[in-house]
Amino acid sequence: MRRPGLRCPLRFAIFLADMPDTIAITVNGEMQTVAPGDTVAALLRAIGLDTRKVAVERNEEIVPRSTYATVPLAPGDRLEIVHFIGGG
Amino acid sequence: MDVNPAPTGDDTWEVAGRRFRSRLIVGTGRYKSLEETAAAIEASGAEIVTVAVRRVNLSDPKAPMLQDFVSPERYTYLPNTAGCHTANDAVRTLRLAREAGGWNLVKLEVLGPPPYLYPDMEGTLEAAKALIQDGFEVMVYCADDPVAAKKLEDLGCVAIMPLGAPIGSGLGLTNPFMIHSIKQQAKVPVLVDAGIGTASDAAKAMEIGCDAVLLNSAIAHAKDPIRMARAMKAAVEAGRDAFLAGRMPWNYQADASSPMTGLIR
Repeated sequence: MRRPGLRCPLRFAIFLADMPDTIAITVNGEMQTVAPGDTVAALLRAIGLDTRKVAVERNEEIVPRSTYATVPLAPGDRLEIVHFIGGG
Repeated sequence: MDVNPAPTGDDTWEVAGRRFRSRLIVGTGRYKSLEETAAAIEASGAEIVTVAVRRVNLSDPKAPMLQDFVSPERYTYLPNTAGCHTANDAVRTLRLAREAGGWNLVKLEVLGPPPYLYPDMEGTLEAAKALIQDGFEVMVYCADDPVAAKKLEDLGCVAIMPLGAPIGSGLGLTNPFMIHSIKQQAKVPVLVDAGIGTASDAAKAMEIGCDAVLLNSAIAHAKDPIRMARAMKAAVEAGRDAFLAGRMPWNYQADASSPMTGLIR
């Protein structure tokens, strides 16, 4: 039996109750948890990286350095954080 | 007549509008330490160095970085796509490199499988096209194949870099005729990239007429990398001078150097 009037608020209530205090993302192939609303800048700070020497890709798209502080992380995000190393 | 022409004095070369004096490009990989990397590069006289792009080690974020030893202000960093076997991986890698470094001169390589890591020209052409459309200046590692080399040049690659032999093999120039053919038809710089084993290989590449040589393992895997870096510098200069001087013809019989007249009897 469909009761759309009831169903939507119920689902919303469940969503609120289940709202996680962390979200799971993948960074360089490893699972990590961050707080909802955390940005790329917050993540880099937490890892302890010098933002001037790394580059970040989120879900196969470059995250420009100028936007680190404004790009929020979302559940399931796949991030690659790279730097230059010796190579031929 | 100038009796003392400087070997590299005014003999510069240009790629993508940038002018360089040294015709030796060196890799920064496979050294025992970052200190040794820096010392060998210094001894080589190189102005351009290739670098790889890799994931940072999340458990050791404060580990010393290449930039701390090989300054991007002093050397032109040429990010590579080593380890990429698809066009997509190569393009992603170089977009990250551009973001990390802020420059768009790059070395593209899309490799086939081991044990040869021979350039995958289909993937290389696809990646070159995408990168050039995205504003990159692409120096491209490629097969010793004049047809593929021409296609890459027509796409807009700024330098063509055929292999002398497989990467890290040290087998030297296994294909001097093909390298020569590629150089003959190219209007952009041609560099031998990969395969150089010792100084005479580098000299030979320059004698054929190549604009520069790119190598890594020949220095890094020498017993004394810093001395080999010096040897490579001298070899590239000697080979370039020999090319400019124009070698004597090949004779398949003797032609005495001393006069045949005035001999004692």
